[in-house]
Amino acid sequence: MDTTMKKLPPKPVDTKKKIQHWTIAIVTVVLIIWSFVGMDFGGIKASAGQIAGAIVAGIFHPDWSYVYNGSGEDLISQLWETICIAFLGTFISAIISLPFAFWAANTRHKKWYTSRSGKVVLAVIRSFPEIVLALMFIKAVGPGSAAGVLALGFHSVGMLAKLFSEAIENLEEGANEAVTAAGGSKFNIIMFATMPNLMPALISNTLYRFDVSIRSASILGLVGAGGIGYPLIIALQYRQWNRVGVILVGIIVMVVVIDWISGWIRKKLV
Amino acid sequence: MPKSKEQHLAELPKKKFKIMNLVWVVIMVLGLFLSVDVTNTHISVLFNNFSQFTDIFVQMCHPDWGYAATAVPLLIETIKMAILGTVMGSAIAFVYSLLIARNIVKNKAVTGILRIIMNIVRTIPDLLLGAIFVAVVGIGPVAGVLALTVFTFGVVVKLFYEAIETIDPGPIEALTAVGANKLQIIHFAVMPQILTYFISYVLYAFEINVRASTVLGYIGAGGIGLYLQQTLQVFDYAKTGMIILVIIVVVVIIDYISTKSREALMK
Amino acid sequence: MAATNQPMIQLKNVGKIYDNGTVGLKDINLNIDKGEFVVVVGLSGAGKSTLLRSINRLQDVSEGDIIIDGKSITSAKGKDLREIRRDIGMIFQSFNLVKRSSVLRNVLTGRVGYYPTWKTTFNLFAKEDKQKAYEALQRVDLADKVYTRADQLSGGQQQRVAIARVLTQNPKIILADEPTASLDPQTSRRVMHDLKMLNEEYGMTVVANLHSVELAKEFGDRVIGVRAGQIVYDGKMSETSQAVFDDIYNGGNGKKGEEDA
Repeated sequence: MDTTMKKLPPKPVDTKKKIQHWTIAIVTVVLIIWSFVGMDFGGIKASAGQIAGAIVAGIFHPDWSYVYNGSGEDLISQLWETICIAFLGTFISAIISLPFAFWAANTRHKKWYTSRSGKVVLAVIRSFPEIVLALMFIKAVGPGSAAGVLALGFHSVGMLAKLFSEAIENLEEGANEAVTAAGGSKFNIIMFATMPNLMPALISNTLYRFDVSIRSASILGLVGAGGIGYPLIIALQYRQWNRVGVILVGIIVMVVVIDWISGWIRKKLV
Repeated sequence: MPKSKEQHLAELPKKKFKIMNLVWVVIMVLGLFLSVDVTNTHISVLFNNFSQFTDIFVQMCHPDWGYAATAVPLLIETIKMAILGTVMGSAIAFVYSLLIARNIVKNKAVTGILRIIMNIVRTIPDLLLGAIFVAVVGIGPVAGVLALTVFTFGVVVKLFYEAIETIDPGPIEALTAVGANKLQIIHFAVMPQILTYFISYVLYAFEINVRASTVLGYIGAGGIGLYLQQTLQVFDYAKTGMIILVIIVVVVIIDYISTKSREALMK
Repeated sequence: MAATNQPMIQLKNVGKIYDNGTVGLKDINLNIDKGEFVVVVGLSGAGKSTLLRSINRLQDVSEGDIIIDGKSITSAKGKDLREIRRDIGMIFQSFNLVKRSSVLRNVLTGRVGYYPTWKTTFNLFAKEDKQKAYEALQRVDLADKVYTRADQLSGGQQQRVAIARVLTQNPKIILADEPTASLDPQTSRRVMHDLKMLNEEYGMTVVANLHSVELAKEFGDRVIGVRAGQIVYDGKMSETSQAVFDDIYNGGNGKKGEEDA
């Protein structure tokens, strides 16, 4: 064993990268500290713990009389209304989303600004707060679930059309070419090649959106646009913690069941 | 035209009828009718009142520029809320994900129960959390931060534990083979593989939180949403329009930055 | 029909330069007569595909004119263009079927050029056309798969569905862009036989890009050699020696082709 071992060379330094990493780290930490400073932490109700306890207790001792009493104002009816709002809203938005998706999809044959402008429009729709949209529709059609349906229907377009357009972008060109080569028009291409290939993605994205819509529909009521959110906010205001508990349980069960069903359908689809 | 050969050509057989397709169509149509009925949505109502809707919209399209200055302090509060909620929620999610990843914690009972809790938390929408926390701790940004914390936890934990479960098991085995303990395994074998994912999910959650935080104020959970509520209450749509514009600008900018950083991260 | 001595496909000084400056085709002059079975051979990247895809204008050319049965496709627009395309069937390397649609619907796609758009949208194909599609499937021995979804077929079967699609389209010309490149040798031969059948029984003019010299020799009547976007050989198959093929594939390192276009 006469091999003389070389000494471990020092770690190579990439100064640029190091500076970059440290800058990011410092900026992040500063941002976090900045967020803590000046935040108004005062004003927490002294009874906070007690109320939280009451809500949790309410979850375990639900107000059974409220679950179903046939008045149409009970939990089951309100949950059902929520589901209907989500269903109709999603349906409307899926239909509106299709033309938007074709507009925003960045395919080979389009000028770059066409799809870019479509994407910007969708981004604006996505960023427009759903709650505000709901309030605007309340002004237009009055308070109630119709306003919720419309708000959901329009707001979901932002996300759904984006997902659709991505699905269009991921399509293979081959089938389209075959229709073109057979003398098909642009519309023929859409009907014969694009749509059949697109269908699974459309259905699966719409189902996914339905999951999201169920959650949205359950908060629209907070501003008076129908669904389970309204009785919840009332119960919170009147400090009926048992009722808050049972409504929460209801929402959780509803969301879990819907997620499960739509997941099952999506799995069957592929 | 084609001089067909003498090959005998059969008639086209009838297509087999698929009952399931019909069932789906019936379910859809039934669902539509039912939900139209339950929600009492009639397109005629929309058309009759559409002028009101466009009216509001037009007023919003002439934002009150002077109001921007008023909106800024609450806008900053909003972003602070989003940052705090993201940081706290992600921190909890980080630890929690390690506890429910089956390639790290082998005890199925522990992971199972913790997962059920996680799935329940995930079902509650952001604004609902806001409403509950306002009732619990009172009106103010603290309720918002807490709501965002819980919400972020739900978003990050799901993505992150799934990422942990898909990592290459080789290094874990290697570390186990040299006699490392759990923490050492996590530090040397798991961390290097998942840290970029984690940061990426945190940024993603931050995007969502910025959106969510802008409306939390409407129900009293702090931030710029408070002005949304105030201006809408007094029908001052020019000011509402200004706030929405500010919100959209902020959301789009933060989305852009976050998306770009995530792309850079994943390269 | 057009005058007897008018070529089916005529390329005049055709050139193609891609946006990035690559030369796809250079100064191509070519006449193909009705009923010919032409094979185009050359290395990959030589411009075979570009040549074929220019003929039905799946790609636009940068200069020159292409005339199909007396009509210029290069200047045609909208409905005129679609009507010319209706007379040109195409077979693709990757079959290009709509994978989630039934075989029948894929074959019927060949007829879209004959209908106004609204009719095809609601699937209002004439009974005769559906029957025609079914008959085409029988010609390629796939009658039993008529309602099967296309993605459940093997590669060779999919390509034969594509051939049935072209048969239903009833074109004057068939362009086949590497029809056998994704198939095994035996299936390849079957597909080439079907193409030959269209050529011989229906009198369709076939232009096929082929990778395999063997298949080219077996099925082609006329050989066109392409190298670097130019035609370097054009002659009857029976008069073409192995040396010519070697030359086409050797990138000009061997002796020069006997006949330049």
